[in-house]
Amino acid sequence: MDYGAAGTALTSGILFGYVLEQAGFASPGKLTAQFRFTDWSVFKVMFTAILVAAVGILLLQIDDSFGSRGFYIPGTALGAVVAGGVFIGAGMAIGGYCPGTSVVGAMSGRIDGLVFALGMILGIWGFSFEFDTAWMQQLLHSGEIRQKTIPALFGISPWMVVAALTALALVIFLMGSRLERRLREARTTPALSIDTHSDS
Amino acid sequence: MAGPARPLWPPYVAGIVLGLVVILTFVLVGNGVGASGLFARAAAALGMGLAPEATTHNAYLGSMVAKDANPLASWIVVEVIGIALGALLAAVGAGRFLLQLDGAGKVRAHSRILLALLGGVLAGFGSRIAAGCTSGLGLSGGAMLSIGGFVFLLAFFASGLLVSAMLRRVW
Repeated sequence: MDYGAAGTALTSGILFGYVLEQAGFASPGKLTAQFRFTDWSVFKVMFTAILVAAVGILLLQIDDSFGSRGFYIPGTALGAVVAGGVFIGAGMAIGGYCPGTSVVGAMSGRIDGLVFALGMILGIWGFSFEFDTAWMQQLLHSGEIRQKTIPALFGISPWMVVAALTALALVIFLMGSRLERRLREARTTPALSIDTHSDS
Repeated sequence: MAGPARPLWPPYVAGIVLGLVVILTFVLVGNGVGASGLFARAAAALGMGLAPEATTHNAYLGSMVAKDANPLASWIVVEVIGIALGALLAAVGAGRFLLQLDGAGKVRAHSRILLALLGGVLAGFGSRIAAGCTSGLGLSGGAMLSIGGFVFLLAFFASGLLVSAMLRRVW
């Protein structure tokens, strides 16, 4: 690895870590609150970021600026992606972090973030023992798809996909904010006075 | 830290800035942001320290240390060092840095440590099956409108929801 590559990695990482912390992603309570619907920040931050980045990348791809038509597209074995997603989702519900946020949590002083990170190394050792077994190899290659992107799969314009995702995101943002408010009110309002709430 | 902690960025502001960081990363390197790759390389490096023979011959870790290669000489390692520095900078700058065991108010300290460890084990195992995590697959894949990216996010969310509901009495 040359100094140029290290420089881009460091720049990208510092910005990424800085934003994740400012978004509140260092806190396991905030991250797992999304799974309880009491705080929709994680969904809002993630979906907004995906849409902003998708639009930017599509704009770059018009003239193939920065070789953008060749940008890397991950995740082609859908069976492996689903299995991995299930494990990582469970890991977040139990431990309070995902891989990147455990680093952010640890660096904001959270010992549990560091413990989660150590746990990840143990989990990867576990994976390395299973790696060349028949079932794992089968799982790693299950559900291989030829079309990598949603627009390619449906044969439609990527802008249509972005428009549809934006509409979906707006609906979920709205519903999420309402649900968030209602759940918070329910939690802070004593049980007896709940019926006096007219709006709900 | 002296003084009150500053408020977090509003979610939409954080989302827009995060999206711009993802674009910048693609422009600079040709792929998006990631995180879990570092842990695979750290597992290989630690393995070399503890059990070099077994690590070299391991079908998965061995490829990262073949021909005396340094498993830590990789883009993703420097990227995650960056993430750590950026997070530290933000936490200290906003007065949010605090040495603590977070979540220990709801469960006992040793339970919290066990939960964090178990969660980490599952996430580490899963990140190698999917060959990515919430950053590399969900965020960067989603930005490329990748089918795998959105399928990952759906599976991640569904599983998190279910396990979180089962754990309601724990924390």
